[in-house]
Amino acid sequence: MRRAVGALLRKDLLVELRTKEAVPAMALFSISTFVVFHFGLDRSSLDGSLAAGVLWVTLLFAGVLGINRLFVAEVEQGGFDGFLLAPVDRTSLLVAKVLALLAFLVLVQLIAVPAFAFLLLGPSPWQALPELLAVLALADVGLAVIGTLVSAIAIRTRARDLIVPILLLPLLIPIVLAAAQATAPLLALDGAGPLPGRWLAFLAIYDGVFGLVAYAIFDFLLED
Amino acid sequence: MTYGKGLRPLAALTALTLTAAFALVFFFAPLDADQGFVQKIFYVHVPIGIVALVGFMAGGVFAIQHLRTRDPRHDLRSYVAIHIAIVLALGTLVTGSIWAKASWGSWWVWQEPMLVSFLIVFLLYACYTPLRFSIEDRERQARYASVFAIVAGAFVPLNFAAVRMAEAYIHPRTFATTGGGLPGDMLLTFLVALAGIALLFVTLWKYEMASKNATFKLRALRRALAGDELTPARRSAAPTL
Repeated sequence: MRRAVGALLRKDLLVELRTKEAVPAMALFSISTFVVFHFGLDRSSLDGSLAAGVLWVTLLFAGVLGINRLFVAEVEQGGFDGFLLAPVDRTSLLVAKVLALLAFLVLVQLIAVPAFAFLLLGPSPWQALPELLAVLALADVGLAVIGTLVSAIAIRTRARDLIVPILLLPLLIPIVLAAAQATAPLLALDGAGPLPGRWLAFLAIYDGVFGLVAYAIFDFLLED
Repeated sequence: MTYGKGLRPLAALTALTLTAAFALVFFFAPLDADQGFVQKIFYVHVPIGIVALVGFMAGGVFAIQHLRTRDPRHDLRSYVAIHIAIVLALGTLVTGSIWAKASWGSWWVWQEPMLVSFLIVFLLYACYTPLRFSIEDRERQARYASVFAIVAGAFVPLNFAAVRMAEAYIHPRTFATTGGGLPGDMLLTFLVALAGIALLFVTLWKYEMASKNATFKLRALRRALAGDELTPARRSAAPTL
């Protein structure tokens, strides 16, 4: 299974490296969204829960773009058929896609989070960087797992681009809620507050539960 | 399998229990010292909320059964349960909103975690029918809908936990809306109302199952009579056996 996951992941990253389809669009989208928030809120610097909310809503919507595209090549270029013909565990496709989406999200955030700090954030992002990275990592895992699952459900429906956001947003509300609650004290104007550990624990539980659910039912999305 | 069997006594029992529940609500249960008459919406709001959640869970369990056995009847059961639960969830939101207006002065209260969680759950399950509708292949429609029902079933408790945690963070006060702290006569009324709504759910579920089965049998008979001349069934979100 490890070799299959490695091959699939390499394929996805190579395709992204050559086409440069998802990540640049997601990064550009997040920066545009920051600008939109600047004008929409009419604020030149944000802090606390408002900053956390703007950051997470932007990262969430940028994620939707990537999640929409995640299985497009599999459907349009026959990747599913090729995969189903190969004598490998079907879970390896789930693992590879989750890792690929995770890589995309991390790459986007490497651009979007500094851009957010540069454009909108009032307090210094350095005051609680390790804690912020921990929240980002846990939330990204959840985004990647649920995103992969929803993308796989929606990819073979007629209204794929519509089904992904309406399904994804309610499922991700707890993640955005927990991530924003955990991030808000880190971005406080008067020095970073302590990281609320209960929200990290909640994110970890959420990731774990949906990881298991995805593992249990992903095979049923591939039988055609 | 005949779902119509026993439907008549069940419907009679449901009508009886609901009548008894409303009689208890209006003539037996004492007026709430704090909120007065308005509090009586509690006997409708909370039971339909609980039954809606149980209906969603039942939809998830039927979906697991469907994926395990590949029997399309389980998919039909899951579909009907979720369908009725969505209607009850909408009712929960409406009654909750009315109650919020009457007791807190605002149609929507973000500080009430149960109501907010219910809205999120409702928004998620509202995607169930569009998802089914946008998949044409019957077998795949059933399979994907079951996957959705299981994911959503796992989501419900986690979502309630998250929203409750967030509100406890801002508002340590929790509203005692469950039966826990109720005096005896209110608790009795509440339990009868809960039983009535639960019976209503089962009756509606059986009725819908019986109706769907009759439709399928009729269609099969028509097809047998008309041969291949019959136009194919139009696209729909509902499962077909």
